[in-house]
Amino acid sequence: MLDALTLVTGVAALLLALWCGWAAFRDQPTKDWHFIGMAVVLLLALVQLVIGIVALARGDRPAQGTTIFVAYLLGAFACIPAAGFMSLAERTRWGSVTAAAGGIVLAVLEVRLYDIWGG
Amino acid sequence: MASVRQNTAQDKNAGNTMREEPAGRPVRSRLISGPGVLLVWLYGVMVVGAVSRSAYQIATDFARAPLAYSLSALAGVVYGFITYTLVRGGERARRAALVCCAAELVGVLTVGTWTLVEPSAFPDTTVWSDYGMGYIFIPVLLPLSALYWLRASRKRQPDAS
Repeated sequence: MLDALTLVTGVAALLLALWCGWAAFRDQPTKDWHFIGMAVVLLLALVQLVIGIVALARGDRPAQGTTIFVAYLLGAFACIPAAGFMSLAERTRWGSVTAAAGGIVLAVLEVRLYDIWGG
Repeated sequence: MASVRQNTAQDKNAGNTMREEPAGRPVRSRLISGPGVLLVWLYGVMVVGAVSRSAYQIATDFARAPLAYSLSALAGVVYGFITYTLVRGGERARRAALVCCAAELVGVLTVGTWTLVEPSAFPDTTVWSDYGMGYIFIPVLLPLSALYWLRASRKRQPDAS
């Protein structure tokens, strides 16, 4: 369950990065639709956070340690909102680049989460 | 929108601003507009990465690789300071950031070379091992782009004022 969600969240984050990167390529700031996309990815990260905590509460243990796992879960959850607010403050193509970078960072975090959980 | 933000930032630091900015240029030059916002984001990510990683490693298993973990912590502090100067803006902050980015670049190159030449000194990896390969080379690319951006900021400043 967690692995599937990690994969979906990672792919969604990469798609978001491509989409915002395309906006940057066309010299456009992030628009409402981009923020809706960010909200979808954020929702996935939230579900992941909840499921991860439930899995911990039920006694499952990540291979590389609980502390690291929780830290990465929180980081993955905070990643997109942070990038989103920065792109909201910077209404140029560079705001779009920042949102795209946020998507890439989240994808990297998902790969690490997969490793931490599976070993 | 931008001018509103500048004014509030200025009010908060009114004392400092008066002291370091010459009269007639009360507004600090912003370092986080345009490409600067991307730099702040990446530096912010590196701060969280380096600080939390080294804090965890120092707290749990410091004896295993004291040198590597201390270097990661140092990297985190440098990243934190650069992020702060970028957000703060102004000429003095720009110069401080320039110095720190140069120091960061020297650190990445030194530690990167060191880990390749003498791997036995590092039982565990640092943020700067192998020129930051574990962080998709962001640690070596970031100071280069930051140095470029901060130098370009100086040229822009006469227009901004």
